[in-house]
Amino acid sequence: MSQNWIEVGHLEDIPYLGSRVVKTGGTDIAIFKTATGAVFALEDKCPHKGGPLSQGIVHGKSVSCPLHNWNISLENGEVLGPDKGCSPVIRTQIIGGKVFLERPPHIKATGTDG
Amino acid sequence: MKKKLVIIGNGMAGMRALEELLKITPDEYDVTVFGAEPHVNYNRIMLSPVLAGEQKFNDIIINDRSWYEDNDIRLFTGEKIITINRPNKTVISDKDRIIPYDSLWIATGSDPFIIPVPGKDLDGVVTFRDIKDVDEMIAASKTYKNVVVIGGGLLGLEAAYGLKRNGMTVTVIHLANTLMERQLDEAAGYLLKSDLESRDISILTEANTKELMGKDRVEAIKLADDTIIPADLVVMAVGIRPSIALAKGANLDCNRGVVVNDHLQTSDPDIFAVGECAEHRGEIYGLVSPLYEMGRALAGFMAGYNSSYKGSVTSTKLKVTGVELFSAGDFSGGEGTEDIVLRDARRGIYKRLVIKNDRIIGAVLYGDVEDGPWYFQLLKDKDKIDDIRDHLIFGQSLSMGDLMVDPLSAVTALPLEAEICGCNGICKGTIISTITDKGLTTLDEVRAHTKASASCGSCTHLVEQVMALTLGSDYETQTATPLCGCTDHTHDDVRHLILLNKLKEIPAVMQILQWKTPNGCSKCRPALNYYLIAAWPGDYKDDYQSRYINERVHANIQKDGTYSVVPRMWGGLTNPRELRAIADVADKFSIPTVKVTGGQRIDLLGIRKEDLPSVWADLNAAGMVSGHAYGKSLRTVKTCVGQEWCRFGTQMSMGMGVALEKMAWGSWTPHKFKMAVSGCPRNCAEATIKDFGVVAVESGWELHVGGNGGMHVRACDLLCKVTTDEEVMEYAAAFMQLYREEGHYLERTAPWVERVGLKSIKERIVDDSKNRQRLTARFHLSQKDSQEDPWAERAKHHIHAHEFKPLAEVG
Repeated sequence: MSQNWIEVGHLEDIPYLGSRVVKTGGTDIAIFKTATGAVFALEDKCPHKGGPLSQGIVHGKSVSCPLHNWNISLENGEVLGPDKGCSPVIRTQIIGGKVFLERPPHIKATGTDG
Repeated sequence: MKKKLVIIGNGMAGMRALEELLKITPDEYDVTVFGAEPHVNYNRIMLSPVLAGEQKFNDIIINDRSWYEDNDIRLFTGEKIITINRPNKTVISDKDRIIPYDSLWIATGSDPFIIPVPGKDLDGVVTFRDIKDVDEMIAASKTYKNVVVIGGGLLGLEAAYGLKRNGMTVTVIHLANTLMERQLDEAAGYLLKSDLESRDISILTEANTKELMGKDRVEAIKLADDTIIPADLVVMAVGIRPSIALAKGANLDCNRGVVVNDHLQTSDPDIFAVGECAEHRGEIYGLVSPLYEMGRALAGFMAGYNSSYKGSVTSTKLKVTGVELFSAGDFSGGEGTEDIVLRDARRGIYKRLVIKNDRIIGAVLYGDVEDGPWYFQLLKDKDKIDDIRDHLIFGQSLSMGDLMVDPLSAVTALPLEAEICGCNGICKGTIISTITDKGLTTLDEVRAHTKASASCGSCTHLVEQVMALTLGSDYETQTATPLCGCTDHTHDDVRHLILLNKLKEIPAVMQILQWKTPNGCSKCRPALNYYLIAAWPGDYKDDYQSRYINERVHANIQKDGTYSVVPRMWGGLTNPRELRAIADVADKFSIPTVKVTGGQRIDLLGIRKEDLPSVWADLNAAGMVSGHAYGKSLRTVKTCVGQEWCRFGTQMSMGMGVALEKMAWGSWTPHKFKMAVSGCPRNCAEATIKDFGVVAVESGWELHVGGNGGMHVRACDLLCKVTTDEEVMEYAAAFMQLYREEGHYLERTAPWVERVGLKSIKERIVDDSKNRQRLTARFHLSQKDSQEDPWAERAKHHIHAHEFKPLAEVG
């Protein structure tokens, strides 16, 4: 695994149609799992009023923000429907049942993990 | 002199490629074949029917020994190649036979994956790969009773079906939450599960094997949650791994499989790999059609043509008699894709096409797979479908007349004795016969003659559908507002049909009521979850992922993502011990804001999600439970001090408030539900703008219903006057239950009362004492399972612990 990927946990620790949070020291990252088991990660911040997307209802490949029910695409972070905005996407990889996130720029590689 | 071709592997891939080669150039090669199994070449994918007793081994032999002789092929069965000597261009077998080659094909297939758990080497633990495994399973089924199949994929389910046919008690345990999750979406996976369960195969999803138990032979299987299932036969069918040891030993390039180029050539140009052991453009295939495509390309290349293999698009079918399913392509949905979904409840059909840029990119079919090949062709050819889009989902051959899905199918399917109108006890058959006998044509006539939908009116749309069924196209139902964009059914239809069809799971509702999306939306999922809770108390398993965040974590989310917590204070009463505990919690967790709410409670605002279980533990320790300030449920019972202290008080309003709250707390309702009790008509508790308001008078209590504050203030309607405390409790329970059974999700009592009319509510609660008692009894029945403190469940018993912990902390 290259230095640019961080292991954050097991696939089975994320509920189907649900989400878990990864704390980063900066903006948290929300990791989502769809009904079919596909995994996506976004910054845990709705482009509307900053609501934590990790707390929303997941349906299809989108999440409804818990604060004002804006729908956000899990694939590209874009707001769906008439509203505009985007939450940054963090790339993910699943290897052997483990979930890896692409290391966000503000987190330095420690040299031993990853 | 002929060139020497040696083939390692006497399976489907190698022999199909050889057949192709012999067709093009029968005399070019001198062929030698090594097979590790002691048999001739047989059709491995037909092992399932052999296990099920539907075919015999002889039926699935592809080429018998005479074919090898007729084609001058030297065949060594039961003999394994153990070394490839590339410098000498020879292979060496486990019987020390050395055979030279000019060209070598590796067609070693794959090995079943054995999950590395304790007990995996016990007797009675088998895989499902070759005829030897099948023989062992059939033999075991004669002596033993209980089998557990690990793996709910294609192979596992075929094994389960076959073993069931052999008379065993079968349990399938599967890691994911739906069966065949790689080939099916959630909706189709659900149908498959129901189908298999109806054939008496038990299925456990999200089940992780921890250990196989037993002394010499396996006796039981233990799951990660410590569930133990008796098993004297265990079939591991969790997947396959390309068999590459031989190629690796010869220093050929390997990843997951033996790496080949478009000519199926390995890193050594004289050595080729074909079938499941080959890795082409990063892909490995475990299905039969890609093997055939590879075989054709390989044969062509070996015969001197520049033929090449470009990869395969695959489709799936399951060989379980009576189960029809088909899937192909990508059906995970997403940006730029559009679903066309057709559900036909009567025929048990689910069809879903995923469209992107006017082309089919994925298809899932269940129950009717006739058009699978057609969709698959359109998918592979990347044909534009915009011209035929409107009737695409109905299939290729059906004429427009036959192909319409019957929108009335959920009502058509109901038996004649199904009670359409619960208020008046009118069955479907009665409505139909009255329409026919009396020649009725309008809703008003049907109401006048049958009384169906003449009371609360919630079954109006259903009655109309029965009329449409009886009168055909002569009757046009009024357009009713559907629950959401995923369905044509109204809230009332959905509630009635859940009960009439005994639907007890969200996917079942979506199938039988012909939902138009694969798994609903953020509007219908919480509504269905509530309707099922209300319909089947104690029976339905709450689907937490279909709840809004506040109800999922039992606290109120705030604009900055923190939460607020409101402990219950019965009737608005508290004491120094509780207040001290609240003050201590506020200090300990640095809670920034403590506020008294409009409902006479104390709100602790700005709590971090991770702290919630600890905050609750401390509040629990002082005897406080959840106040449900976050729920579509009973919120608060507000009281004035009443006769206990007030010089004007005429009744004990605090005592009544506490009693009401103790009775009703924990109950889920269509929307929030608030109560209040005032001790005299001065009404200091503002009881006449509550969902259920109680106002004391000299001679007893006035009961008021259907009020709320908020954007559209509505004062209550007077329901009735009662004299005793017991009556207050009984009427409150009956009213709440009627609202629970009839309200639309997210409809407060105020619009509900206006929709159904106060008269209808009075008739059923005040005038009809039997009905009132039945409602009360149903309320108490559902309360039996709902008064477990959700905070204690999380603080002490750690349920849903994942909700409160980050998955990881990095940086």
